[in-house]
Amino acid sequence: MRETRWLPYALLLPATAFLLAFFLLPFIEVALNAFTPKGGGPFSLNHFRTMIGDWKFGPAVRNTFVLTLIIVPLQTILALALANLVMKVQRRADVLLYILTIPLGISDLAAGLIWLAIFEQTGYLNSILSGLGVIPGPQTILSYQNMWVLFAAVILAEVWRATAIMLVILVAGMGLIPREYYEAAEVFGASAWKRFLRITLPLLKPSLQTALILRTILAFEVFAIVAALAGTNLQVLMGETYAWQFDFQDNGVASAYALLILAISVGFTVLLLWALRDRTGVRA
Amino acid sequence: MKAMSLRNPVIRRNGNFLIGTAVVTACLWVLVPLYFLAVNALSSPKAVIGFPKPAVPQFNLESVHFFATYEGVATALLNSVLVAGLTMVLAIGLGAPAGYALARFDFPGKSAFRLVVLMTRAFPLPLLALPLTVLYIRTGLDDTALGLAFVHTTLALPFSILITASLFLSIPVELEEAAWTLGCTRIGAFRHIVLPLAVPGIAASAVFAFVTSWNEVFAAAVLTVQHRTLTAFLLQSLDVSPLPLKFAGAAALVLPTLIFLFAVRKYLFSLWGIANR
Amino acid sequence: MFRINKGQRLAVLTASVLMTTAATGVAKADPLLFWSTAATPVEETKMMREQVLAGFGKPVQYLAQDPGPFATRIGAEAQAGKGTIGIIGGLHGELASFSSGFVDLSDVVGKSGAKVNGAYAALGKLGTSEQKYVPWMQATYIMAANKKALQYLPKGADLNNLTYAQLIEWGKTMRQATGSPKIGLPAGPKGLIHRFFQGYLYPSYTGSNVVKFRSPEAEKMWGDFKALWAETDPGSNNYGFMQEPLMAGQVWVAWEHTARLKDAFDKMPDDFVAFPVPAGPAGRGFMPVVVGISVPKTSPDAAEAKALAAYMLKPETQITTLRVTGFFPVVDVTLPADMPPSVRLSGAAVAAQSSASNAKPSLLPVGLGDLNGKFNKAFSDTFQRIVLRGEDVKAVLAQQGDVVKSILDEAKAPCWAPDPTTQNVCTVE
Repeated sequence: MRETRWLPYALLLPATAFLLAFFLLPFIEVALNAFTPKGGGPFSLNHFRTMIGDWKFGPAVRNTFVLTLIIVPLQTILALALANLVMKVQRRADVLLYILTIPLGISDLAAGLIWLAIFEQTGYLNSILSGLGVIPGPQTILSYQNMWVLFAAVILAEVWRATAIMLVILVAGMGLIPREYYEAAEVFGASAWKRFLRITLPLLKPSLQTALILRTILAFEVFAIVAALAGTNLQVLMGETYAWQFDFQDNGVASAYALLILAISVGFTVLLLWALRDRTGVRA
Repeated sequence: MKAMSLRNPVIRRNGNFLIGTAVVTACLWVLVPLYFLAVNALSSPKAVIGFPKPAVPQFNLESVHFFATYEGVATALLNSVLVAGLTMVLAIGLGAPAGYALARFDFPGKSAFRLVVLMTRAFPLPLLALPLTVLYIRTGLDDTALGLAFVHTTLALPFSILITASLFLSIPVELEEAAWTLGCTRIGAFRHIVLPLAVPGIAASAVFAFVTSWNEVFAAAVLTVQHRTLTAFLLQSLDVSPLPLKFAGAAALVLPTLIFLFAVRKYLFSLWGIANR
Repeated sequence: MFRINKGQRLAVLTASVLMTTAATGVAKADPLLFWSTAATPVEETKMMREQVLAGFGKPVQYLAQDPGPFATRIGAEAQAGKGTIGIIGGLHGELASFSSGFVDLSDVVGKSGAKVNGAYAALGKLGTSEQKYVPWMQATYIMAANKKALQYLPKGADLNNLTYAQLIEWGKTMRQATGSPKIGLPAGPKGLIHRFFQGYLYPSYTGSNVVKFRSPEAEKMWGDFKALWAETDPGSNNYGFMQEPLMAGQVWVAWEHTARLKDAFDKMPDDFVAFPVPAGPAGRGFMPVVVGISVPKTSPDAAEAKALAAYMLKPETQITTLRVTGFFPVVDVTLPADMPPSVRLSGAAVAAQSSASNAKPSLLPVGLGDLNGKFNKAFSDTFQRIVLRGEDVKAVLAQQGDVVKSILDEAKAPCWAPDPTTQNVCTVE
């Protein structure tokens, strides 16, 4: 068809024009700040030097990576399992899916509040434990003395809050896998696990890739839940960006942090695009 | 959960039990923390602060009443719905065509486009707020629902583009080609074959656009002044407010999204009628 | 396929309705916009609108903001040269970074007819010859204790004349008696603990907060603070407002901003006592907090904004503001008898601490402009490195001292109290 040469560009045009005006232009302004010394002047890497020289930089990078590398795989497995579950249930599956997608509607700030109500010293976890007689009275759970508990609490809250988006994408993708494939596999006596590995996973690749990329990018921006549960004990990149921008009023260093987050996210995106690339090729 | 039949006509009791347990566990995992929020929102301030926490709500409406009589909550709620609705429409209107292009065509610059789209989401919005606000004040977009919706759309657009792209990719191109050979135009084939199959994906991105906008605080706090959204109005002051109001406020913010999700749940699923025919 | 078409039509319809509604949000006569970081808790915002600003007679829209959006919007309006913010309320440090964008308010103080605290009025010039902000309200930090804690006070200790050594001992006795540390400090993300080091510990131990940053006295001070931290609730790194852990009974003794104790005192007045901060070898250091009002050059109605600023300074308004927010007046007033318990409790403690014979008042940093935040960071970093990460005191102080020194060099700021006021740039010994 003759239209195919210009059609894709025509279809991309509105979105591109939009992003150009509302993202790219302000973005360039901010990005330039990262390379401009305070009060103007020629190109310099001073802001990046300040960023790396700060003692919180190392912990922030490490914590962000640890959190992302634990949270995202956990969520992927959980979302796959839940999506399978939703597809298996035939009665009232819409109700089940609805319940499972509820956290989608809850902001990270609100989710932080909800989980703090569970983990704080006079919170629900302690109430239940002391009600059962496991502990004599309120215990401090979220303390800098138990870093792994802090990590665990943040991970739990993030998995609770942000698995739903993956689930929705995966359920939509699974719905498109033709049933005939499964029926044929069943005829040949393939086990449920085999069917999942040989049919579901390969055919789900486009959706899985999308879900993974989106979640990974958001995971590198984790902040509100960390601030709510771990206070000042856990430094993360996004938290440092906020702090430099608003508390220390240094837009240059904040921009440097923001560019770092961007670079890490782009790096991971390219990695995921490559690792989960569609080997069948696209047809035009 | 009552008895469920597996696809296999032979009813496997063990499998049923296993699935039932999994369903109950999954639902509890989501609902229990929300239940605690509800209990806190509906308890007296004294109980919320005290220890141990109540297991059932006392239906003390003191905190709820505070928000019900808080001046401006109703207008802010309307503004939020308006902005989120606009964001939803914009994100789908701009995103679905781009998603279709990414899924169906091979063209130079495709991977670059995909990366740039994702970058928008990988860059912290609060830093963009300053140049954007300056731009808005100069162009008159400042303090309008449409202006804020534009910003929220940049947040939601990467999602709607990628989600719809992956969905279109999963719809066999043969279906479309068959329609063309039967005399359908490209547009006709898209409307009658592809679109119905893509409804859940589009619904998913719509839902996501809506909640993204609903929950966004920072841009909303900076870019709306007289026309605040509920989130900008409440959420940013919640974490410095006394505990009981924190929970009641959080509940006030969560409730509308629960209703919204409930209203659109069947679109997330409508595909099933086709796939399981 | 019919359903889809209907859906599409519905979508288009919704879109057009939304677009028209969005476009027709026509501006009517807008009220004066009061952009502020004060009175942010929802209850206080509500009362600020209903009780304080309602009396102005003309419509005012009070929007309480987080510091982030607050600063972003002010910066953007200044940059765009056009704005909707009519009047600004913020802390000394928050206003300092925007001083070039504010109109001179020298005539407001006179117009209000109120007798404004001279030291604060001078602070409001932000190192210029113009009145960049008029002081609006003030607060300070005091100690609060649950009455249950009093039985564990060290022998011979006087609550109104406590030392840091006694506080540590008190904490130790409480921990041993109850099994958990009962002292609390606001060291969370929203907490104000940096002020504890700047205005309380440093002046009390070294009589200085900049010059003797890395002196032997400072080393001794950090050693003592480590001992105090051992008696401090480990949840402190999450605390922003000490009134909550105090009311919950998690914490029995706390150092906190008077406005952030208000709820505990008002809701449970019989359970708590307020008392002056402890003293160290060099005296009883304490520090005020000043909130000011500025009018941006881009204000749509500067005349009305100035009238509102003058109204906020009236003694009656200042008294209502105290009732609502827990921030004290900056003008001469006679407080009526029916003030809430928090005012009674905090007021007595504040008076006792500023009239103490060994009082060592500190000023807020002057002349740091937008470096205020980094100055605070230098103190909280020192705390986190020495106490939480257990780094070597001397080494950390040497490094952080360099940081403080470079901040002062960049700002070219002279010393401020309790350091001896000098003409040249203040420096770390």
